[in-house]
Amino acid sequence: MSAELKLKAIEIRKKLLSMIYKAKSGHTGGSLSCVDILVSLHYGVMRLNPKDPKWADRDRFILSKGHSVEAYYAVLADLGFFSETELETYCRFGSRLTGHPTTKVPGVEVNTGALGHGLAVGVGMALAGKIDKKDYKVFVLMGDGELGEGSVWEAAQVASHHKLDNLVAIVDRNRLQISGPTEEVLRLEDLQAKWTAFGWKVLRADGHDIDQLISLFKALPTVPQTPHLVIAQTIKGKGISFIENRKEWHHHVPNDDEYKRAMEELDEQIRELEKSCTHK
Amino acid sequence: MHSQIAIRVGIAQKLLELAEANKDIVVVTSDARGSAAIEKFFERFPDRSIEVGIAEQTAVGVAAGLSLCGKKTFVFGPACFYSARSLEQVKNDVAYSGADVKIMAVSGGVSYGPLGSTHHSLHDIAVYRAIPNIAVILPSDAHQGAAVVQALLNINQPAYVRVGRNPVPLLYSQQEDSFTFGKANILKEGKDLAIMAAGEVSWHALEAGKILDSMGVKTTVIDIPCVKPLDAELILQVARSVGKIMVVEEHSIHGGLGEAVCSLLSKNYPVPVEIIAIPDEYPVTGTQSEVYSNYNLDYSGIAKRAQEFLRRIEIGKIHTRD
Ligand SMILES: [Mg+2]
Repeated sequence: MSAELKLKAIEIRKKLLSMIYKAKSGHTGGSLSCVDILVSLHYGVMRLNPKDPKWADRDRFILSKGHSVEAYYAVLADLGFFSETELETYCRFGSRLTGHPTTKVPGVEVNTGALGHGLAVGVGMALAGKIDKKDYKVFVLMGDGELGEGSVWEAAQVASHHKLDNLVAIVDRNRLQISGPTEEVLRLEDLQAKWTAFGWKVLRADGHDIDQLISLFKALPTVPQTPHLVIAQTIKGKGISFIENRKEWHHHVPNDDEYKRAMEELDEQIRELEKSCTHK
Repeated sequence: MHSQIAIRVGIAQKLLELAEANKDIVVVTSDARGSAAIEKFFERFPDRSIEVGIAEQTAVGVAAGLSLCGKKTFVFGPACFYSARSLEQVKNDVAYSGADVKIMAVSGGVSYGPLGSTHHSLHDIAVYRAIPNIAVILPSDAHQGAAVVQALLNINQPAYVRVGRNPVPLLYSQQEDSFTFGKANILKEGKDLAIMAAGEVSWHALEAGKILDSMGVKTTVIDIPCVKPLDAELILQVARSVGKIMVVEEHSIHGGLGEAVCSLLSKNYPVPVEIIAIPDEYPVTGTQSEVYSNYNLDYSGIAKRAQEFLRRIEIGKIHTRD
């Protein structure tokens, strides 16, 4: 399981880089940062049916950090929500693959991109699940810089007040936002204490450890009648040495040389992964 | 003399009635149960009543989530907040995402009166008109308000419904035939001047029309509950047959029904239009009716402004088509 999904994550990284490189547009750092979270949820946790995207009992996922759309589209295409070849149209004239997710794309639940919106929509979907007595879960992925939006905290209060234990929020805690380190731009810590005070059960995970993420998500809720927040410790630009932890790569587009070197690094990771598998 | 009822009361009663059969109806509010008159809904259907506290942005986001899971979600709260603070949620989570949410904006226009401009919504039609995929509706009495709720249940499209706060006279004798989505209603016909209005000023427009009739100016009066989509066919037909139009609205002079009508006419059949609205200023302190009176939005003001408009045409300051 683990090696297979690790390989999947590397392939998704290659695809998203290719999309950004070809479109000359995108959010490289944040997309790379959340790939392992997306892969864990979509391949290891969530109940989905790509042939029936509107299936009433599906688990819901909201990419509240909508700018990481390249990683998300790559995952949806790989799952079969739409064709892989359509990824080539990303950000092209007339394409439905806009630079932030929209419901025109099969599998996308709500249009995101303006930060601080996803959690409230997730609360609504979780409430609908409660009203309908359905057992689906709602996952909302937020950026850490996004937590500056007051609407996040409004929705956090509403979620715990309504005891939404079918709601899971995840913070892609890469400690960077567009202008620099989150703690310099606007201090976020103590995140655990803040969310706990808002009535949430807070858990921590290595946001790049797919096995750990899957077993953690599968065990939720650990506390009944309580929404859960997973602080996923991540590295912005994860997987490519010269992109990792560089704020410039928030929406920097790789040039020819950078693209070539990035793909070489990812190919090397695939070879190492295959080697370690055959040795076992 | 006239029996009066607040439109919000007519809306709340209708929703309560419809929710017995339609289990998809859900109400969301932001500590506005009282002002929206929906306490009874909360008592009767607690499982389908969502309180989010004083958090209008979240109310709209939550409503979008509910509707994207198949609910018919009605958000109730003051128009002043739902046309500004939560506008981004309306644009992105509701209209852009195609979530079938109805924003039921109560205490709109200047109906909060002396509470001042923080509590007025005189820009709401302008901003909502500029957002694609959301209808803009201003019921003019409690019967029509109820009819709007019924109609919206069968229209899978977002809508912004703006009503006032105070009891107002009934313009229609019954709910039936008072509202068809996208259609305007002819209240009376006359050849000299057409008065068009939306919302609570429509009653005043009709009364003004009657006063003018008695003075020998035969008026057509049109109630336009659907500001978007606009009933272009009827408005153009009236422009052709009457040729002089007044538009009355409880809104800023900028971007409301008046400019919507002008935009339609300028492209298709230009005729003189006089708009009575709130000028580009924060209104004078006063009750809703005092503010109406100050800006000629009541029937006597409308009748006075109509005579001035016709006089300017008569002396050649404004030219008609013929
Ligand atoms: Mg970040």
